Amino acid sequence: MADDNRLISVQGLKVYFRSGHACARAVDGVSFEVRKKETVCIVGESGCGKTVSALSILGLVTTPPGEIIDGRIVFAGQNLLELSEKEMQKIRGNHIAMVFQEPLTSLNPVFTIGDQISEAVRIHKKIGAESLREKCIRLLKDVGIPAPEQRLEDYPHQLSGGQRQRVMIAMALACDPDLIIADEPTTALDVTVQAQILELFGAIQKKQSMSILYITHDLGVVAAIADRVYVMYAGMIAEQGNTEQIFRNARHPYTQGLLASLPSLSKRGKRLYSIPGSVPNPAYKPAGCPFHPRCPHKAPSCSTEYPKMCDYGQGHLARCPILFQDKGHHT
Amino acid sequence: MNLNETTVTKDFHLEEPLAPKQTRLEEFWLLFGQNRLAIMGLLIFILFFCCAIAGLFLTSGSKPIFDPSLIRLEEKLRPPFSKPNLDLLEPNQVPTLNFYLMGTDDLGRDVFARMLQGAWVSLTVGFVAVGISVLIGIFMGGIAGYFGQHYIKIDHILWTLFLVSGTGLVLLDVTLSGAALLLLCLAYIVYVVLTRHRSRKKAHSSWRAMLHTNAVSVDTLIMRIVDIMLCFPSFFLILTVVAILPASIYNIMIVIGLTSWMGTTRFVRAEFLSLREQDFVAAAKALGIGNFRIIFRHMMPNAVAPVLVSATIGIASAILTEAGLSFLGFGVPPPNATWGNILSGGKNFIFDAPWLTFIPGITILIVVLSFNLFGEGLRDALNPKLRERH
Amino acid sequence: MLSFIGRSFVQKIITLFFVSIVSFLIIHLAPGKPSQVDPMNPKFTPEVVERFRKEFHLDKPLYVQYVYFYQDLFTGKTVSWKDNQSVLKKIWERFLNSLPLFIVGTLLTWTLSFPVGIRSAIFRKGIFDRTATFLSYLLISIPGFFFAYVLIIFVVTRFHVPVIGMVTFGIGDASIPYILMDRIWHMLLPSVLVATGGIAVLSRYVRSQMLEVEGQDYIRTARAKGLPPEQVHYKHALRNALLPFVTMFGLILPGLIGGSVIIESIFSWPGMGRMAYEAILARDYPIILTVNFVSAVLVLAGTFISDLLYLIVDPRIRL
Repeated sequence: MADDNRLISVQGLKVYFRSGHACARAVDGVSFEVRKKETVCIVGESGCGKTVSALSILGLVTTPPGEIIDGRIVFAGQNLLELSEKEMQKIRGNHIAMVFQEPLTSLNPVFTIGDQISEAVRIHKKIGAESLREKCIRLLKDVGIPAPEQRLEDYPHQLSGGQRQRVMIAMALACDPDLIIADEPTTALDVTVQAQILELFGAIQKKQSMSILYITHDLGVVAAIADRVYVMYAGMIAEQGNTEQIFRNARHPYTQGLLASLPSLSKRGKRLYSIPGSVPNPAYKPAGCPFHPRCPHKAPSCSTEYPKMCDYGQGHLARCPILFQDKGHHT
Repeated sequence: MNLNETTVTKDFHLEEPLAPKQTRLEEFWLLFGQNRLAIMGLLIFILFFCCAIAGLFLTSGSKPIFDPSLIRLEEKLRPPFSKPNLDLLEPNQVPTLNFYLMGTDDLGRDVFARMLQGAWVSLTVGFVAVGISVLIGIFMGGIAGYFGQHYIKIDHILWTLFLVSGTGLVLLDVTLSGAALLLLCLAYIVYVVLTRHRSRKKAHSSWRAMLHTNAVSVDTLIMRIVDIMLCFPSFFLILTVVAILPASIYNIMIVIGLTSWMGTTRFVRAEFLSLREQDFVAAAKALGIGNFRIIFRHMMPNAVAPVLVSATIGIASAILTEAGLSFLGFGVPPPNATWGNILSGGKNFIFDAPWLTFIPGITILIVVLSFNLFGEGLRDALNPKLRERH
Repeated sequence: MLSFIGRSFVQKIITLFFVSIVSFLIIHLAPGKPSQVDPMNPKFTPEVVERFRKEFHLDKPLYVQYVYFYQDLFTGKTVSWKDNQSVLKKIWERFLNSLPLFIVGTLLTWTLSFPVGIRSAIFRKGIFDRTATFLSYLLISIPGFFFAYVLIIFVVTRFHVPVIGMVTFGIGDASIPYILMDRIWHMLLPSVLVATGGIAVLSRYVRSQMLEVEGQDYIRTARAKGLPPEQVHYKHALRNALLPFVTMFGLILPGLIGGSVIIESIFSWPGMGRMAYEAILARDYPIILTVNFVSAVLVLAGTFISDLLYLIVDPRIRL
């Protein structure tokens, strides 16, 4: 992995939310990177900080109460966190675009589809009215909306949920960005529509050679589209690696638990495994490894020491020294 | 399987530091405490409450400590903090504090004593009027929201009409036909009650079927009544009614209460409509819990927060309305003092004796302001949706 | 769409019918009688009282009186009991006097509360927001009559201009600019007072609407597109926040007649509110009932218009 192949890298990001006396450490020292033409998935339960990490790339964390405490987000040679609001506006939508979770509420109800798609193009690119219209129609066609000429004049409420999400994707594609961040884009949709949208993402990426940072809680989705995977737990990256490594050879107890709790035909008739306990409140995280209260392999040191990343080679890393030691003993 | 599950949970000890448990009340206080204006409002509200109650005891009775209606013509329009001229006054005319804390009015009456007396009037008007309007509002809104989909049948309308017109006629001294109507109506009700079981089984004859046609749903009926009430210009209506009725503080309370329940009705209804759709109500119904228990035990606690807020703000506006009525010369008959009529009396001496305008004016302002701030503080602290926004 | 309008119209007519009944009953069933027909009134002999009763149809049963009254009202024949003048003409004259107050007051309200509310919402928790919030609470809480006197004292002592009434008495042959200035001075205070409550309430409402909209997902989408903040606030947020206010345009209609009884009496402004007040004092039933009826018509027309506007403005509602 050559350095020049790297599109964006997030290093040691810390985002805290303060409310009253409590301080929720939503993202607590997260590092990840997305290379060119790659689909990267961030997986985790709700509340583990994956959405906040994505929002902070675009500088969309609402402050207050949110606050980016520490870290660097390097994109095209510059640290996004040091840019002014004006400079960030040039990045947003133009170089990095985002697709949100709820297509229902993420489109402005009082503007037409055409308006909302062309808006970003008008801001970022100099382009005439006629070619703008053509571009919108082409975008809608690309995302698989039938009769795009008529759809341009429609309002969001006239579309179905899946079509709205397609419009959102068209909006994200409008300026040919280098990176699309998709924040659980299929969670609010039916399973069949979900499959179509996933397919669409795959097709777009092949065609336009852009990178996708895909955020989800669904391991099925990950298996379907990801090149590489980051597993997040309680504001930290628990494990990272390519899809093969994560699914076949998980090295973090949390990832193992997630995989074990997936229902499958081979496990038919048996009790499904579930990770005991629940995700810690981000304002009152346990000391040491945040996963240790739920961990089947916990050792005394887990409750005192923050776990180090252990390198399994070939880009496969896991934040669990206990299992790493075990492995060391056995081999 | 069940056994297995319990052992799993038992073996498993959560060591994580849990978020400190907060009751709803503690959480409310925490949020409310952050709002300094609301705290101030609450403090002033308590102070006002104490003053009003003290005022009631200090200014009433045959020999009150502060006499609000004692006239000292020699001592008229004395500014605040002035000493009385002891040579001109008889011993029983000397003010209790030995000086006029808030001056005297054009008849030489002690303004402080009159303000104390007025405090009680404002307090009772505010609370009683809002009490009436909230009771009516919850009742109507609750019925519209919970039983709204039920229909009123034509015979219900007919016998209500008979009942009302019969009572009206009896009251208007047309005893004979009134009593006849009432009897007819009672007979019909008895008939309906007696034939209730049989009528279900038997096929209806055509005229009875017509009587049992659905005329209008309860919800429509109540909301139309609200619409009708909202058509009246409220202050004008209150003014008209108060002017027509004999002057008395109770009439004012009742009239203000009867003309201000529509808002409460509307949002209690809205709240009930949305609560009714929620799963916990469906669950309660599935458990076979009765309607009234669902309403009072499960739904009311959820609807009580907005009612409380609007009641607090309603008190503020009732106090303002009463002051406005007193200012226009309606309402509490003299010599009893209210803040409105002290100000009204003082307006003729606005340049010579500005304290007669400013003392009651600013007092009303502060009290009303405190209720408004307190009410808004309540709203912010009670409404979890608003919390995230501010 | 048409069926909605039709249904809504019929509904309003029915409501109006009930309003007319209720207001008629309130007036006539309450104890107390108008002075012209009060048997205790020493000014009139029993014969005169009897004549008045006949003339006003007071000797007939209530429902006949009701029919008589509304028949007269719709044929424009209603006359005041006090001075036998046509009620509609009287109301029209007073209405023309109230109109400038209403227009200036409404303009002040709407032009001031929107900028204040929007700015408060965008810079929430800032100094501007806090000040505006506190001021609006202050304005909501201040009794109008007290505020009127404070302003009168201030203007009279500071600028030495007369403010009571519509014009200065005996100004007759002064120059035109002078008369104009005089009118403006006289109109200033009442219209400011008419507007204060409105500004306070409306700006709070604008603020909360804006805050609500700013929290929506589509605002985040707009920001994620790289729109500059002005476009996010004034295009995406404001357009949505404005929806409910369009409907409020209909609801200012009733203000035309409600006027302010208190403010018009303080300033001796011969407008609707003052006429209503005088009618109440004199128990001039025809005027009271007519004012009530007209204002009910305005309320209903206002809600009707606001429903229509909502249909036009909100793309989500299509009937």
